[in-house]
Amino acid sequence: MRPPAKAGFSKAVYTRPRSLVDVRSHFCPGCHHGTIHKIVAECIDRYGLREKTIGVACVGCSVFLYDYIDVDVVESPHGRAPAVATGVKRAQPDKFVFTYQGDGDLAAIGTSEIIHAANRGENLSVIFVNNTTYGMTGGQMAPTTMLGQKTSTTPYGRDFRGDGYPIRMAELLAGLEGTAYSARVAVSTPAQIRKAKESVRKAFEMQIGGMGLSIVEFLSTCPTNWGMKPLDAQKRVLGEMSEYFPLGVFKERQQADFA
Amino acid sequence: MTGLSSSPSMRILTKGNEAICLGAVAAGCRHYYGYPITPQNDIPEYMAAHLPALGGTFLQAESEVATINIMLGTAASGKRVMTSSSGPGISLMQEGLSYMAGSELPAVIVNISRSGPGLGGIAPSQGDYFQAVKGGGHGGYRLIVLAPHSVQEMYALTMLAFDLSDKYRTPAMILGDAIVGQMKEPFIASPYDPASTTGKPWALTGCAGRERKNLKSLHLKDNAIEVHNWKLHEKYERIRRDEARAESYMLDGATIAVVAFGTAARVSKTAIQWARKEGIAAGMLRPITLFPFPEREVFDLARAVDVLLVIEMNTGQMVEDVRRCTPLHDRIAFLGKPCAMPTPEEILERIRQLAGRKG
Repeated sequence: MRPPAKAGFSKAVYTRPRSLVDVRSHFCPGCHHGTIHKIVAECIDRYGLREKTIGVACVGCSVFLYDYIDVDVVESPHGRAPAVATGVKRAQPDKFVFTYQGDGDLAAIGTSEIIHAANRGENLSVIFVNNTTYGMTGGQMAPTTMLGQKTSTTPYGRDFRGDGYPIRMAELLAGLEGTAYSARVAVSTPAQIRKAKESVRKAFEMQIGGMGLSIVEFLSTCPTNWGMKPLDAQKRVLGEMSEYFPLGVFKERQQADFA
Repeated sequence: MTGLSSSPSMRILTKGNEAICLGAVAAGCRHYYGYPITPQNDIPEYMAAHLPALGGTFLQAESEVATINIMLGTAASGKRVMTSSSGPGISLMQEGLSYMAGSELPAVIVNISRSGPGLGGIAPSQGDYFQAVKGGGHGGYRLIVLAPHSVQEMYALTMLAFDLSDKYRTPAMILGDAIVGQMKEPFIASPYDPASTTGKPWALTGCAGRERKNLKSLHLKDNAIEVHNWKLHEKYERIRRDEARAESYMLDGATIAVVAFGTAARVSKTAIQWARKEGIAAGMLRPITLFPFPEREVFDLARAVDVLLVIEMNTGQMVEDVRRCTPLHDRIAFLGKPCAMPTPEEILERIRQLAGRKG
């Protein structure tokens, strides 16, 4: 228990974001969803968006967005979140709309939806959580699974000859005209968390400015399905994952007009 | 192309597909999303031309899968939204339809059906009856299904589809085919008179001044999914009880009753008129709603006539529902064509046979 603050030292340096629901996390130990939720909630608060936001939850562990973020949320079928978000934004262009998607969702079954929403320059923000596996269904191969990585459906390790290569979605989407902002971040160190928050802020500003689709890819952990201790999982993000999926900003539109 | 000005009860000569658009616009639909497929392309083309000027949104999506989910997002926003497609495209929409049914979201889906299965052909068909009325997607749900047989009904039933869809918070389908979609005839574009009006307090509009809301179909806790499924079932039972619609056509004193919907019913009317001129007491019960099916009417009719002649543009789908509604199966006859419209002559010939007369 924390000792009571001494008189004169009661300045609050950290508070729970208003847009983060005060509930106990149900995610596995070492999972990054909680940290990413917090960053999203802080950015919603920063721009005063809570009362005009509609979030789109997808299928997989990230579906529980609505248990944690204190905004209106609609649930979409697996991979279809960018389409659902398009429908929300077209109906309510004055609202703030974001999707929250995992790698199976965005980079496998929903590849078509994210590419075309980006290509249309839909004025949406996408939070993309890449933990190189299908978490909720029990650790099967994802499009982002690393070469050699053992999963329940690549029991001998992912081999590019049969399974293909891990997809770099942030780079792929940066190549589309309609994409306003594309970045990859991680949250395995405090410095990375600060940078990640800057990226989400930038992504949200893109939507506020009507610039087009913005996406922030988070390198995230899944200690349970990776069969790792949480600290080892952090090391994997900092090492192997960051090497193949480089952190950085791949696209940043400067002007709203694009032709 | 027909204009959109709406003087009261204007008489308009137009195609069935365009009448759907006029009905949708009159009913306040300003959001249309779709993907091209024959034989319904007049609908997206009309909406692309007219919705922007009305402050609405037309979007040609990358697929039917995207289409139905863009609809889901707009429906969740509380706005009236429509799409149109044909058999193969409707199949791709089944995932989204199941989610919309599960999330209790209203929308109108038009199926100007073609011949299947698979890519099939573009000939008119009623082969999508099972898919339309038995759910179509996973999990066990129902769509409200309306089957227009004239341009007038393409207009009026589209309005009704929006009202019923909103009233019950569930998707509604207009099930037509290439003939009723492509034929031109005059109809009365009467002003929109809502059959029911409901607010949409469930819509997601941002949580200003209220608690946040979720629209979802996932129910993991305790027995929430069982509770949810019984709730949906109870809704479908209410629809079954209150919304069945059928037209009785020349049934006074009839001994032979045709049961047909849509184009098959339209053609049957001619055959029935000819039969009556020959002194054969033929008539027709035409289901206007396919779900809910006019069960009571079929039950009563089967007891009142000698023969029920079910006519469909398929190899026999609705006939199963007719059998379901009456124990008098020996009174049921069937005439079907899977990939074409039965001609009035063919129908008349069958009526004559059943009446024991020679042609």
